[in-house]
Amino acid sequence: MTSNSVSSDRFNYALRLGDNALILSHRLSEWCGHGPALEEDIALTNVALDLIGQAQFWLGLAGELEGAGRSADDLAYKRDAGAFRNALLVERPNGDYGHTLMRQYLFDAWHVEVLAALTASSDPRFAEIAAKAAREVAYHVERSGELVAALGDGTPQSHARMQSALDALWAYAGGLFVGDEIDARLAEQGIAPAAGSLRPEWDRATGAVFAQAGLKPPASAFAHKGGHTEALGHLLAEMQFLPRAYPDAQW
Amino acid sequence: MYAQMVASQPLKAAEEMSDAERAFQARIDAGEKIEPKEWMPEAYRRTLIRQIGQHAHSEIVGQLPEGNWITRAPSLQRKAILLAKVQDEAGHGLYLYSAAETLGISRDELIEMLHSGAMKYSSIFNYPTLTWADIGAVGWLVDGAAIMNQVPLQKCSYGPYARAMVRICKEESFHQRQGFDLMTKMARGTPEQKAFAQDALNRFWYPSLMMFGPSDKDSVHSAQSMAWKVKINTNDELRQKFVDQTAPQAHYLGLTVPDDKLVWNEEKNGYDFSEPDWREFYEVVAGNGPCNKDRLGARVKAWDDGAWFRDGLMAHARKRAAAKIAAE
Repeated sequence: MTSNSVSSDRFNYALRLGDNALILSHRLSEWCGHGPALEEDIALTNVALDLIGQAQFWLGLAGELEGAGRSADDLAYKRDAGAFRNALLVERPNGDYGHTLMRQYLFDAWHVEVLAALTASSDPRFAEIAAKAAREVAYHVERSGELVAALGDGTPQSHARMQSALDALWAYAGGLFVGDEIDARLAEQGIAPAAGSLRPEWDRATGAVFAQAGLKPPASAFAHKGGHTEALGHLLAEMQFLPRAYPDAQW
Repeated sequence: MYAQMVASQPLKAAEEMSDAERAFQARIDAGEKIEPKEWMPEAYRRTLIRQIGQHAHSEIVGQLPEGNWITRAPSLQRKAILLAKVQDEAGHGLYLYSAAETLGISRDELIEMLHSGAMKYSSIFNYPTLTWADIGAVGWLVDGAAIMNQVPLQKCSYGPYARAMVRICKEESFHQRQGFDLMTKMARGTPEQKAFAQDALNRFWYPSLMMFGPSDKDSVHSAQSMAWKVKINTNDELRQKFVDQTAPQAHYLGLTVPDDKLVWNEEKNGYDFSEPDWREFYEVVAGNGPCNKDRLGARVKAWDDGAWFRDGLMAHARKRAAAKIAAE
C-alpha cells in the first residue's frame, strides 16, 4: 500500500469522526430553547457544545491530513451531502425527546468505545484528540444511559415512546459496526479499531441499560449502511446557507 | 431590563406603616439585605415575585429569537458561541426561578402564569430576528440595555435576587462584547454585510429603548419599588445612560442610529434623542407585537410536549424510592 492511500484513509476516518460530531451536534442544537425542562435544555446543549468542539478538532485534523488547505469550516460548510461521511444514525431527525435521547444513547455507547480504542492509536494525533473527547463522552453516555433507563421504567407512555424510538433507530445503530476496506486497513496498522470489534462490548453495555429500562431491542440484525438518508440534504441546506449565499463574507 | 411595568404599590408614608413595616423600611434604608426567611410586607413579597418572575420568563422566552439562528450560524466558532449564549440564558432563567421560589411560589406555578398570560416577559422578545446581523444587534443592544438595569440591581434589597444578578451580569457583559464583535465583523464586512448591520440597528434601536419601560412621568408605581430598593434607577435615567453609551458605539461601527434628533447636548452632558413610539409599545405588551403568538406558542408547545418526559422521570423516581424503602 502506498503512503498516499494511508493518508487518504486517515483523512476519511477523521472525516467520519468529525462529521458524526458535527451532524449530531447540529441535531441537538435544534432543541436549544425547546427542551422539556430547563435542566434538560442546559444539559443537552452542553452535549451539543462538546460535540461541536470535537468536530472542530477532527475536521481540523482531516484538513491537515488532506493537505489541500481546507479548514474545519471549509469542510463543514462547503461540502455537499455526498461528501459527508457521518453514520446514518446521527442524521436521523430528532423526533420526540425520547427519540432524541435514544439516538444519543445508541451513539454515545458506541462513541465511548471507539474513542477508548483510539486513545491507543498508533497515530498520536488521533490518540490525542480521542483522549480529550473521551473525557466528555464518558459523561454523555452516563447521562443518556440513565435517562433511557429511567424513561423506559417511568410511565406506560414514556415506556412506549422509548420502545418505539429503539425500534425505529435499531437498524441505524447497527450501521455503526459495519466496516469497509478503510476500517480494515486502518485496523491492520493499529490506527483505528475494526468496526465490528466494538459490537460485543456495545451489546453488553446497552443490553444492561435496556434490561433496567424494560426495553427489548428488535430481533432483526439488519443494519442500514452507507450513503445518506433524505434528512441530511435538508440539514445541510439550513446549516450551510450563509457561507454558500455570501461566499466572500468573513463571519 | 427584563422587568417592565411591574405593577407595584402606591408609596406608603411612614405614618401609614405598622411598626413591623417601619422596622423593615429602616433595615432597607440602612442598606441591609432581606433574606428569604425574614419577615417582609406581603406587598414587597408580591412585587418581587412579579418582578423576578417576569425577569425569569424573559430569559427563557429570550432564548427563542436567538435560537432562531443557531442552526444557521455561519461558522463552527460562531455556532458554539451562540449555543453557549442561549444556554447561559436558560441558566439565568434557572437562577431567577430559584430566587423567586425563595418567596414561596414554585417554578411550575410561575410557568403556568406565563403560559396563561397572567405574567409577562420583556416586550423586546416579540420582535423577529430576520438576519444574522440581528444576532449581533441582540447581543449589543438588547444585552446592553439589560446590563444597564441589572448592574444596579446587584445592590437591590432582596438577597437572593441581588446575588443572582451578580452572576448574571458577569455573563451578560460577556455576551454584549460578543454581540459587538459580531456586529463589528458585519459592519466592516462586504457591502451586503454592512447593509444587514444597518438594517438590524434600524429595527432594534427603538424596541431597545422601549425595554426601559414608559417614561417616569407615566410610571406611577415606581416610587414604592424605589423606596424598597427593588428598583434603583428611574426608567428615563437608564434610557439616557443607554443612549449615551450606545450612540458613540454605533458611530465607531460606521452605522447610523435611526434618529434625526439624536444630538449631543453639552448642557445636560448627554444626548438628546427621540422617544420610541409608545403606542407600539403598548400594543406589543398587549399581545400584538410581530412575534407574541409565536414566542408564547413555542414555550407552551415545549412545555406540553415535554409533559410525558417529566412525568416519566417522576414516576421512575417514585418507584426507585419505594423500592429503596422496601429493601430497608
